Amino acid sequence: MAEYKLTEEEQEAAFQQRIDDEQKIEPKDWMPEAYRKNLIRQISQHAHSEVIGEQPEGNWITRSPSLRRKAVLLAKVQDEAGHGLYLYSAAESLGISRAEMIEALQTGKAKYASIFNYPSQTWGDVGAIGWLVDGAAIVNQVSLQRTSYGPYSRAMIKICKEESFHQRQGYQIMIELAKGTPAQKQMAQDSLNRFYWPALMMFGPHDSESAHSAKSMKWKIKRETNDDLRQKFIDQTVPQIEFLGLEHPDKAIKWNEERGHYDSGELNWDEFYKVINGNGHCNRQRIQHHIKAHEEGAWVRDAQLAYNAKQKAKKAADAA
Amino acid sequence: MILENLELFEVFVRSKRGLDHKHVGSLHAEDHEQALEYARDVYTRRSEGVSLWVVKSRDICASQEDDSDCFFDPSDDKPYRHATYYPLPKEVGNM
Ligand SMILES: [Fe+2]
Ligand SMILES: [Fe+2]
Repeated sequence: MAEYKLTEEEQEAAFQQRIDDEQKIEPKDWMPEAYRKNLIRQISQHAHSEVIGEQPEGNWITRSPSLRRKAVLLAKVQDEAGHGLYLYSAAESLGISRAEMIEALQTGKAKYASIFNYPSQTWGDVGAIGWLVDGAAIVNQVSLQRTSYGPYSRAMIKICKEESFHQRQGYQIMIELAKGTPAQKQMAQDSLNRFYWPALMMFGPHDSESAHSAKSMKWKIKRETNDDLRQKFIDQTVPQIEFLGLEHPDKAIKWNEERGHYDSGELNWDEFYKVINGNGHCNRQRIQHHIKAHEEGAWVRDAQLAYNAKQKAKKAADAA
Repeated sequence: MILENLELFEVFVRSKRGLDHKHVGSLHAEDHEQALEYARDVYTRRSEGVSLWVVKSRDICASQEDDSDCFFDPSDDKPYRHATYYPLPKEVGNM
């Protein structure tokens, strides 16, 4: 039997057919180089966001107002570290190493969610981050459970199961502040005002401006557009703000009967691009801190290697 | 043929693209290649799967069932890791 090799175009057609049929792509399947690259970019960016996202909340662990709150916040930050691990592993299945990804983060070649370049200044911010930042992340991640790459999709399913607690603990902080003294209520309002807009920016630029959108939709890496996901988040957040008895930061927010959605005000895109391009409040500090933690942890990695070498030598000696 | 000399393998089947591989059982085989073919014949005779993994049983490091109480105990006293720990007012929808 003569062996017949598929041409690149035939392989690409079969690949697209598989995606159109709602089948997942698995690590050992043939895939276009651009699909692999696009996924590595998105998944590693997602992983970096989980890890850098530990910093603004970690900032409050030692200053939590009670032991219970401290335990809750620790558990949440611990979860985020786990999410980073699931995602780095999913990216590794595409043939990139953990060291390469971390190097890309530390040299600024890889991005992470710009929201984490905003400082967490008050305890109210810890509430607003859980409620709004994790809330926005959940809207995005629920959609990504249906992404076409198997390992990414399975990581998302696992992460979504764990996220619900994150948002709820944040909202509970907001409820307690909003129902507290006038000063506490003011703190809640202030945190809402500062985190609402950056949370909306987490969904990325408008679809018309988004560099990666069209290809990502065709390959079903992304399942819903930035603007559709953002609208979902805007809609679900209105009754949550109302329940808290706080003022909505968007003065243009208005129910549109015809669309069945809330109309809303335009975002400050200058600020968005400023932060993305490295000039937010905390960009430098976040990366510096990551490098410092990484370097301070070098002895742990060295010890692991030394232990491995010793074990190997011991086994070889025993076998001899 | 002396079966005792054969290696024990654990078999994992992915029933559908996109799902996890699930453990379905084990078998004896000489090596990985053979284990794969045996697994196909034994565990996927009725289109149970689209992908198979075989792993040498001795390569699996497992937690001890008898010790599971103290092994898993660190998470037993942390109910706050569950979403249901935080009651949600019905006005605000799902979270
Ligand atoms: Fe997360
Ligand atoms: Fe989270």
